[in-house]
Amino acid sequence: MTLPSMQALPSGSEWTVDAIERYDEAIRSVAQEYGLDCYPHLLEIISSEQMMDAYASVGMPVYYSHWSFGKHFLSTEGRYKRGQMGLAYEIVINSNPCIAYLMEENTLPMQALVIAHAAYGHNSFFKGNHLFKQWTSADAIIDYLVFARSYIAQCEERHGVSAVERTLDACHALINVGVDRYKRTAKLSLSRETERQQARAEYLQSQVNDLWRTLPPQLERPQEKIATRFPAEPEENLLYFIEKNAPLLEPWQREVVRVVRKIGQYFYPQRQTQVMNEGWATFWHYTLLNTLYDRGGVSDGFMLEFLQSHTNVVYQPPYNSRHYSGVNPYALGFAMWRDIRRICEEPTAEDREWFPQIAGSNWRDTFDFAMQNYKDESFIVQYLSPRLMRDFRFFSVLDDDTRKKLRIESIHDESGYRALRHQLSEQYDLGRREPNIQVWNVDLRGDRSLTLRHYSHQRRPLDASCESVLEHVAYLWGFSVRLERQNADGSVELVKEQKHEKRGHPPRHAT
Amino acid sequence: MTVRIVDRRFDSKHKSSINRSRFIKRFKGQIRKAVADAIGQRGVRDLDNGERVGIPGEDIEEPQFGHGRGGSWQTVRPGNDRFSSGDQIERPEGGAAGRGAGLASRDGEGLDDFVFTLTRDEFLDVFFDELALPNMVKRHLARIDQYRRTRAGYTQSGVPTNLNLSRTMRGAAGRRIAIGAPYATKLRALEAELRSLLLQETTHPAPESPGESDHVVGLRREIARLRARMEAVPFVDTFDLRYNNRIRLPQPSTQAVMFCLLDVSGSMDEGRKSIAKRFFMLLYLFLTRNYERTEVVFIRHHTVAFEVPEDDFFSSRETGGTVVSSALELMHRIISQRYPSSLWNIYGAQASDGDNWNDDSPLCRKILEDSLLPLTQYFAYIEITDGPPQNLWYEYEKVQTAQAGHFAMQRIADITDIYPVFRELFKKRATGTA
Repeated sequence: MTLPSMQALPSGSEWTVDAIERYDEAIRSVAQEYGLDCYPHLLEIISSEQMMDAYASVGMPVYYSHWSFGKHFLSTEGRYKRGQMGLAYEIVINSNPCIAYLMEENTLPMQALVIAHAAYGHNSFFKGNHLFKQWTSADAIIDYLVFARSYIAQCEERHGVSAVERTLDACHALINVGVDRYKRTAKLSLSRETERQQARAEYLQSQVNDLWRTLPPQLERPQEKIATRFPAEPEENLLYFIEKNAPLLEPWQREVVRVVRKIGQYFYPQRQTQVMNEGWATFWHYTLLNTLYDRGGVSDGFMLEFLQSHTNVVYQPPYNSRHYSGVNPYALGFAMWRDIRRICEEPTAEDREWFPQIAGSNWRDTFDFAMQNYKDESFIVQYLSPRLMRDFRFFSVLDDDTRKKLRIESIHDESGYRALRHQLSEQYDLGRREPNIQVWNVDLRGDRSLTLRHYSHQRRPLDASCESVLEHVAYLWGFSVRLERQNADGSVELVKEQKHEKRGHPPRHAT
Repeated sequence: MTVRIVDRRFDSKHKSSINRSRFIKRFKGQIRKAVADAIGQRGVRDLDNGERVGIPGEDIEEPQFGHGRGGSWQTVRPGNDRFSSGDQIERPEGGAAGRGAGLASRDGEGLDDFVFTLTRDEFLDVFFDELALPNMVKRHLARIDQYRRTRAGYTQSGVPTNLNLSRTMRGAAGRRIAIGAPYATKLRALEAELRSLLLQETTHPAPESPGESDHVVGLRREIARLRARMEAVPFVDTFDLRYNNRIRLPQPSTQAVMFCLLDVSGSMDEGRKSIAKRFFMLLYLFLTRNYERTEVVFIRHHTVAFEVPEDDFFSSRETGGTVVSSALELMHRIISQRYPSSLWNIYGAQASDGDNWNDDSPLCRKILEDSLLPLTQYFAYIEITDGPPQNLWYEYEKVQTAQAGHFAMQRIADITDIYPVFRELFKKRATGTA
């Protein structure tokens, strides 16, 4: 790239609104040269306490009230005050306009880093990536959260805080199994949501009652009925199934289930694109700020401070380090995007063999294609190069409880590359990382019990908390709930049965 | 186009406070227990901090379906420094048993105590939940020295300067509408009728009479009569007048003094003194909750009583007998010298092992009944002993019968009894039954 010199940007560590504006201006012009396509954005300056508030509500500016957010706030506050953790420099919200928070404690170079990282890096990823485009509606999320908060507050007024809290607790336990993994959801809209909520509540209740109608008895063909299951196909979205079919839920409870489900769905793409998204944002703040430096816009001091925090972020401790806690998504993502650019610009013979389609191509086009069309799992399987595996010195370990010892399956050598890459990609497959649990059957003719089935992968069992989750399911369902495990050989065994006490009116407090 | 920058730093703070208070409410039981434990480690007047409390992690877990240990796991890790494929290695020692690190941390998470900091107010709220100062209101009213004028709604009579215009006019407008409503309804009906009649007559004029028909004239008259009656409804009636009401409220004294009376005779060992210390501490905490200003007077006694600073209060131990009345007399003297009961709320707390010189106990009762109790809001006696009660206890029981609700006594055998006993002494009593 040519190096037209530019006017020096404000220096020093103290930031002012004016300086932030000038940095944003400069970063934007560079980003435009690179062709980054972003939502318009809004920078909000907040205090550290507000940052902790934002933490507690998963970064959202508006959220309904629940004790668990209070718990997160207290734990964040505690750790922050004791110096055990720093706050993240930035939180960015996938909305239109995209909102990026700047913390007041940050120095000017850090603010510039956050702007480049969040307001241009993440922002363009949110706008471009197919998962975000398909599954979330950036235009409507804030509105929807406003709707959710006022709806839940309304429910609390009408039905009591504890009843709402009980329902929310149960829904939160299922939030990870309350997403559609393959179906696309309808776009959210505040007005439509409010309008249709009433109608939906009434309609649903009537449907549900119909489902459980016991009259007239159809004695003439009982055999045939018993054989069919309900639902006919297993349903992966537990919350959806409960919302539509749980027989005893009040209409408002169905709506609460729906609210939690919708918000869970909104976060689902984020969980699937951690490496790509963070890597992408890191790559861009690195590239954008370096470009500014090359043109003389920022000083050496600025670059030193920036590089110091940048290297902290992308540090990958080795497996035997005290600091090791899995593969650092920032490190892996950043390295992969850099590597892709390298393959495009200076491919080696190995790259030409492994990546004939992108070696020597235009890196910006390749970038956009990859950013738009992949998620972590497929991104790694597609783009992780042998060179990177060597750089990271990846190796894969098999821990099988039927063997006495651990076995090193493959390492970063010619025979191991493909297996290693495949293995690492599986590690980012949410379908494998989280247990696969689906609604298998409802005993329509009998005790109305709900049967969930856990499709066990690699003989991995569920952990102990599944019992408490089942209690929550039983609360929502209103009848007994069974959890079965289906093993690889097709055999099915009962893991746990949660009886549900007949639900009457909540006991009044005796005085 | 310049970017929009919004400075939110001065927006309302404590956005999470509702979530925070819900959390505290939900786990009140556990938090209360942690708080009770925490109090043991504080100084009597060490109150200005919140408290770090820990509650069991499993209680507040938010369960999710997750994988447990077992089965087969294959994990990719970075930083290979010694392995080649096919190597067999021992499972590393330690709990994780060779599980992928991501899993190990997931397994370990949430099982430790969840530690967080309560603010001072939250701490005290939890601590004194459901407690009340006995007879506070009654005692306040009995000795009112200052009054404060405060607004108390509106009255129908008063001096013109206190007239509340907007209230008055609001009432007047309502009354006018209410009284005029029947006329207005009739008026609308008549006017409609008149209009239709007039319309009829202009389109089909009656040939026989050139002027308006009788009916129309009658209608007009009736309308005029109704109008007049509506106008006769007074604009402002004396009935509408509202005056700001101000009343005199007794201003209770907002300062308290607390007397800690401690027996330091030979029979009070360190364990008993530490029990007494906890008790005084609780009382102090409790009083600072209710009064703007709280002073503490420490009196220690064996056969003679001395006022001492806090540091000396708990430390040294004297030998010899016990004369409880000496401390009560000193307390009375200090009150009359420094704490006029018209300005101070006076609380007494006495801790002893119950030993007293036999002839002294009736004297103690006399001092209490005659001079101290009339001056104090409340006097609490705790006897720290596991033996049988002695004569002081029996004498005090007589006081308690005579002055129930004003004097209280409890026996403490063990350090764990303190909090329950304290709660018993200060628990909210249902109104009218105490």
